[in-house]
Amino acid sequence: MTRDQRARSIGVHLVLIAYSLLAVGPILLVVMNSFKVRSAIFGSPLTPPDASTFSLIGYEKVFRSSHILLYYSNSLIVTLVSMALVLLFGAMAAWALTEYRFRGSTALALFLSIGIMVPIRLGSVAILNMMRSAGLNDTLTALVLVYVAQGLPMSIFILSEFIQQIPKDLRDAARCDGVPETRIFFEVVAPLLRPAIATVAVFTIVPIWNDLWFPLILTSSDSTHTVTLGVQQFLGQYITDWNSVLAALSMAILPVVVIYVILSRQLIAGLTSGAVK
Amino acid sequence: MANLSIEHLNKRYGATTVLNDVNLSIEDGEFVVLVGPSGCGKSTLLRMIAGLDGASGGDIHIAGKLVNTLAPAERGIAMVFQSYALYPHMNVRKNMTFGLKFTGVPPTERERRVTEAARMLRLEELLERYPRDLSGGQRQRVAIGRAIVREPEVFLFDEPLSNLDAALRVSTRVEIANLHRLLKSTIVYVTHDQVEAMTLADRIVVMNKGCIEQVGKPLDLYYEPANLFVAGFIGSPAMNFFEAEVEGIEGGRARVTGAAFRTLDISAASLKVGDRLTVGVRPEHLVRGEAGAFTAEGIVELVERLGEASFAYLRRVDGKMFVAEVRGRQTPAPGETVTLVAASPDVHVFDASGLRVATETR
Repeated sequence: MTRDQRARSIGVHLVLIAYSLLAVGPILLVVMNSFKVRSAIFGSPLTPPDASTFSLIGYEKVFRSSHILLYYSNSLIVTLVSMALVLLFGAMAAWALTEYRFRGSTALALFLSIGIMVPIRLGSVAILNMMRSAGLNDTLTALVLVYVAQGLPMSIFILSEFIQQIPKDLRDAARCDGVPETRIFFEVVAPLLRPAIATVAVFTIVPIWNDLWFPLILTSSDSTHTVTLGVQQFLGQYITDWNSVLAALSMAILPVVVIYVILSRQLIAGLTSGAVK
Repeated sequence: MANLSIEHLNKRYGATTVLNDVNLSIEDGEFVVLVGPSGCGKSTLLRMIAGLDGASGGDIHIAGKLVNTLAPAERGIAMVFQSYALYPHMNVRKNMTFGLKFTGVPPTERERRVTEAARMLRLEELLERYPRDLSGGQRQRVAIGRAIVREPEVFLFDEPLSNLDAALRVSTRVEIANLHRLLKSTIVYVTHDQVEAMTLADRIVVMNKGCIEQVGKPLDLYYEPANLFVAGFIGSPAMNFFEAEVEGIEGGRARVTGAAFRTLDISAASLKVGDRLTVGVRPEHLVRGEAGAFTAEGIVELVERLGEASFAYLRRVDGKMFVAEVRGRQTPAPGETVTLVAASPDVHVFDASGLRVATETR
């Protein structure tokens, strides 16, 4: 490496490190302060907990005074079911739209791409009305349906791009082999889409897990609250229980991190083993 | 094993015609090579035989059965693709048996066929490997194996050697020829490489712009090309063409003159005075000499040495170029004027519409 290259490399890394700190900093702050007593949170928010300031009071309160485990499982159910449906239907729709030419296929693709451009929240009132008349308000099903609708357009868009990269010869070979179309999709195409599916899965679950808006307007009873909504009960108009808020938030971060780590491994494995020629 | 017949086959994409009234009949056990420049429709024709592309008109019969509306798997064909098209996430064994699961072949029979094909293609050691761990030649053998285990009526090959390097191409070519001898199956093979076509084919089908130009045995195409296109396409370097005109006819013999060669005397019943002709001579049929049935002069501009022969590129009197093969160590030097002659059976004459004129030169 020449000096010039080294200087550039250091420069690039400085920018990246700065960005990482900016991105990770708040999360670190939340996690760190969730283990401190209230006075230390305000007294010295930037120092890690030490012997005198360490406390699990936030976590205790969260477990004692709220149904955090229920919220947790609600969030997990909604997120995972939505993700599974988005991936399944997204991949199938992407396959159909790229592989088959049928009457209205272009119009359908266009219609779906509109979903990327128009934010689903614009339809909140209509969605609420629809769920009410369908008798689905205050159910997890309502949330799943909304999130599937929200995630599908982007996932179809991304997966279509990936499907187009799969050599056409593979499908033709499978057809000559007598493999039925559904099996071609599930046993030839889908395994090759693994890296794309991991990407789409990450894109899909993060906004769903973090969403506050739809749980707020579509669920009302405690039994259907998700984690993000459950945290709100510690945020009062006059008093905010910061210990509990930070503890609950720290716990809410965890599953997303775990899922991301699992999927990113999948992503890398898929990228290195997908060679076709 | 089966014969294959194609009648009045057409393929159009919108306004463009890809195949225009193709008729072809292939015998049981015959090795037929479709050859032509890119975009001539040969791959489309193969894909239509396979059932991967639909026809705009016409019929395809395989083993006497009309297959127009049948799915690829129901036609009794197996196809080998240029890109091998192996399933990347399955090992060699699975690649070969994957399709058999869906066509009702029992597991023991699948196993027997894979063992048999692996033995034939020397793949025994590779059965548990994945395509990414195989070389190009091995992958192509797996692709052929996958076709063999289907025990098809007709094998379809779509430029199977194009992705291999030169040495491997020669050895795989020999393997395919051996395979045909062993299996005695009907094979339709698409290539743009005329060496493959000449070496492998029982019969060659030369295609151009969606039409069949000529069908014939390899050497028949070489020695008696039916038209200018086939004459120019078969043979490497390509045949030299000289513009010519019938100057006079005396006693059933035509005197043919042209700017770039000495007057030629051919027998021709169908010719008239003033007819415009094209005279063709292959580079390998030109030898140095003083006077022959066909005689042309040129100034050497460039010599390509290949070893057993060299190609001399010569500038003719009319300013155009032609090529002559020179054998041996003594090659003409650039700038030298050389006289080249060809014997009468090696002179091809084509009429103004490009069709071969049945003629005998003296």
